[in-house]
Amino acid sequence: MEQVIEKTGETIKKSPATDSEVVIEIRHVKKAFGSKVVLSDINMDLHRGENLVVLGKSGQGKSVNIKLMVGLLKQDDGSLKIFGKEVSELNEDELKALRIRVGFLFQSGALYDSMSVRENLEFPLTRVLLLRDKNEIQTRVEEILESVGLLDAIDKMPSDLSGGMRKRIGLARTLILKPEIMLYDEPTTGLDPITSREISELILAMQKKYHISSVIITHDMACAKITADRVVVMNEGKFVAEGDYETLEASDDDLVKHFFK
Amino acid sequence: MSTTISAKWSKPLLAAGKQAMFIGTFWRNLFRKGFELRETVRQCYIIGYKSISLVGITGFILGFVLTLQSLPTMKAFGASSFVPSMVAISVIREIGPVIIALICAGKIASSIGAELGSMKVSEQIDAMEVSGANPIQYLVVTRILACICMIPLLTLMADALALFGGWAASNISDSMSFKLYFDKAFTSLSFVDLMPAVFKTIFFGFAIGFVGCYKGYNSDRGTESVGLAANSAVVSASLWVIVLDAIAVQLTSVFAYNA
Repeated sequence: MEQVIEKTGETIKKSPATDSEVVIEIRHVKKAFGSKVVLSDINMDLHRGENLVVLGKSGQGKSVNIKLMVGLLKQDDGSLKIFGKEVSELNEDELKALRIRVGFLFQSGALYDSMSVRENLEFPLTRVLLLRDKNEIQTRVEEILESVGLLDAIDKMPSDLSGGMRKRIGLARTLILKPEIMLYDEPTTGLDPITSREISELILAMQKKYHISSVIITHDMACAKITADRVVVMNEGKFVAEGDYETLEASDDDLVKHFFK
Repeated sequence: MSTTISAKWSKPLLAAGKQAMFIGTFWRNLFRKGFELRETVRQCYIIGYKSISLVGITGFILGFVLTLQSLPTMKAFGASSFVPSMVAISVIREIGPVIIALICAGKIASSIGAELGSMKVSEQIDAMEVSGANPIQYLVVTRILACICMIPLLTLMADALALFGGWAASNISDSMSFKLYFDKAFTSLSFVDLMPAVFKTIFFGFAIGFVGCYKGYNSDRGTESVGLAANSAVVSASLWVIVLDAIAVQLTSVFAYNA
């Protein structure tokens, strides 16, 4: 069954996960910083082409969870497999290869502020994909900027961009490597409702265009409603509820209801 | 008792171990494929060219003041003709390299520490890492190499300007031709004065670049940590310069002057 999201002037169709292939498999993952247990028992599957939204209060370990997925942090216990490979056991080269396939959009966009937008986008192409052909680099940079609607900003510096534009450029810089999985760390935080909706619609459009599987961490229920194929709710270091948006919206659980008020 | 001692020493030992690992990471990435030549040249411009005025003025005033201070005493002993030699030997052997390295520790180590610290806080370093790029190669190797190349050049420039400052100062009260002043200065200098002094500035450059990068790269997440990274970079780099200088002087006196 397809859900339909109304967008100004057009309609974006949201499809549920169509592929049963599991791209991320997490089993009994635990993580603590000193005596503070952040993740107590995380179990999760992400299917190919699926948008999974993770809801939870601040400080519940949502960002830690996705940082484990790209090897920025290491779990203390449990198994975290991406494309069937245990992330914590990868060597440096294998981790680099994995990171090309898994994109990460940081909360702030994390643009390199000493570089222009063009240089930000060229950076992964020349350093990671080792492209040397200037025409090809130029074409790919312009193509991805066009798809996020910011071709005009190509020669601007990050300091000249608004919050929403920075997130779009951050998204473009990640998508330029054509990842198969995208991890979004609060993509709409700090943005006004209109820009938040635009970013949410962009996430959905990118999923459809590039057939990306995504994990989206957010507090923004409008973003969750637009993007989610499936929602999980996190509390005290573990997932306490799971289902599609409508099911969870109708839930009697106090914690879940609190999010959907 | 043993628990107290181990707790007391565990923190500095852990810090020393982390620094040793960071040095190892630098050397490993220095010889890895994908050397960032363009970024290294850009860092040489930022670290070297943009420090020229500060270092140049410092060097000139160093020679100028040293001459002004020593001239009356030397005159009293009828040894004013030895002033150019004295200034040349003291500036080139010791004062020039150390003062310029301390100036650079203040300017360059703090700027590297603050820049990398703010990149860490704003998750730019993490973003570079998760994209599959190598932040050590792009951010650390380039800056340390630029410091290694630029600090000796800046020191040589400052030494030359210090001699020029000395000549200018000696012409305030007396008159000495440019040629005579520099003849006297260079006659007193030998290979063992210049080479060890230049050689130790390479190590000063490494220490300044390394400390700046280490403090910035390993700073904490809060904005306050950017200031702390810059501050501790200056303090540590200055200490390293003094310690390295003491070692270099000892080694030079054993191997060069006794040879």
